[in-house]
Amino acid sequence: MSFFPAFRGAGRDVKIAVCIKQVPTREWQPRIDEAGTWVREQDVSYELNEPDAYALEEALRLRERHGGEVVVCSAGPARVQQVLREALARGADRAIHVDGQGIGALDAAAVAEALEAALREEHVDLVLTGLQSDDQGHAQMGVVLAERLGIPHSTIIMQVEVTDGRVRVKRELEAGWFQWIEMPLPALLTIQSGINQLRYATLKGIMAAKKKEIRQVAAGAPRPRHEVVSLAVPTRSKETAMLTGSPAEVAAELVRRLSDEARAL
Amino acid sequence: MTLVVVEHSAGVISRASWEAVAAVQSVAPDGEISLLLLGSGIGELAAVAAARGVGPVHVVEDAALGAYTPDAYIFAVGAAVAALRPRLVAMAHSYQARDYAPALAARLGAPLVSDVVGLRLENGELRFRRPMFQGKLAAEVRAVGDAPTFVALQIGAFRADGVKSRTDGGASSPVERLTVDFTGFTNRQTAEPPFREARQAVDLSQAERIVAVGRGIKAQEHIAVAERLAVALGAELAASRPICDNGWLPMDRQVGSSGQTVAPKLYVAVGISGAIQHLVGMKGARTIVAINKDPDAPIFEVADYGVVGDLFEVLPAFTSELSKRSR
Repeated sequence: MSFFPAFRGAGRDVKIAVCIKQVPTREWQPRIDEAGTWVREQDVSYELNEPDAYALEEALRLRERHGGEVVVCSAGPARVQQVLREALARGADRAIHVDGQGIGALDAAAVAEALEAALREEHVDLVLTGLQSDDQGHAQMGVVLAERLGIPHSTIIMQVEVTDGRVRVKRELEAGWFQWIEMPLPALLTIQSGINQLRYATLKGIMAAKKKEIRQVAAGAPRPRHEVVSLAVPTRSKETAMLTGSPAEVAAELVRRLSDEARAL
Repeated sequence: MTLVVVEHSAGVISRASWEAVAAVQSVAPDGEISLLLLGSGIGELAAVAAARGVGPVHVVEDAALGAYTPDAYIFAVGAAVAALRPRLVAMAHSYQARDYAPALAARLGAPLVSDVVGLRLENGELRFRRPMFQGKLAAEVRAVGDAPTFVALQIGAFRADGVKSRTDGGASSPVERLTVDFTGFTNRQTAEPPFREARQAVDLSQAERIVAVGRGIKAQEHIAVAERLAVALGAELAASRPICDNGWLPMDRQVGSSGQTVAPKLYVAVGISGAIQHLVGMKGARTIVAINKDPDAPIFEVADYGVVGDLFEVLPAFTSELSKRSR
């Protein structure tokens, strides 16, 4: 069923792969390209996808508890080495860059296809990734990757316990509900933001990262499942009254409108 | 035929599933819609679903489907899709759908378009509208790959009361049992019953007014600025997820898909950009005020009143204006 060897046994090291994505920063103001189907990439400044940062942190904590190795993996053009280097500085042991120019704009299923081969070779016990990316937001990549690797998965995870070749996880449900799920290793988990407190790279970590390996592998030609026909600034569903002026003027106008127009005070 | 996978818990069909039905009714290429209901001991629920008269209700019952697990759902929905051969498979973009649908679509080599907020037909081909880049942009996409196309519809983007009955005069649609052979199926996941961390200490759903803070507040010590506004407004203090993740406010004050859903008379969003996970929890508020330094923040799309500015200047002015008024 799985290409992975049997889990190496109780009390032993846990080898973890973390799939991370480089996404535009939150402050980035999007500009659409001339074709109207993607953003102007030359304008974009990038950062590590926040849910993936939590997945990385969880992997580092599992390594501290059980021993083992943390391998970070990202698919995309040369620029994604920035987030791989950052992950190494935070404490990952080594990195794999699945190199492909067009991958940044591909959908989640295609990215999973691009990552699959590199992960198969690694024979890890656990694959972690964020529950979704802050750019395209499909919330699919991890689950598709688990299916392609033939390993069980669980999503939107808030706690991870590894024991005796199995993993027990706290899965978040909607509206404040949770549930414990158990499955054998190897397994894939998508991690929810807030599962832990993030650590940031120390100067020592940044120096050490310079000596760590980023192995490059070619991405192949993954098959897209989506085609973006057009991209646009969303139209407002409501008529929004934008109030302008000094803070005092705006406040006076807002209180007047909330009282007289909206009757909300 | 379009198949809608209906989600249920505690004997109730989710409202989001009816929203999914309403969403596809207008674009079902041949007008034919069927519902798919999975579980154990769900005969009564099937009758309730059939009474809506939207189309045949296909029921798969097995002990393996009693408690939700992704392996069992991938197996059973996959078997139903093979038997019924729909062109489109629709569902709510719920936490459950996120857990199994991507794997099922991948297994079938089929596309899954998720978080969809609009559908239309262009020369007989479906086009899906979905947010990208945290709602800063809206994309129209087409699906590429083998049939069927899977679509997961954003919760709250369509109106459940828009569901149309096809049986004038209130007759029920037929209920049809679908036999799925579970021999040889192994479930790798074991699921324990759902639980709540603690009784919700704060019930924000009953609040008349809410002041909610987001990342723009920048530090825990600044929460007091919003708290003073809340006091002046007679409002409850709430937050978007990152604030609760940081421990700056307790989890039971979180508004959004993983927190509480609220519908107050007045909702003041302070330094909240308006990621969809937050919007689904508050867009039912009657009047929404957004205060944010970024004029392109998606929160302004749902706001009635918008202020682009520094919250550390606007909030104290707003608070003092309110206290002038009460004197």
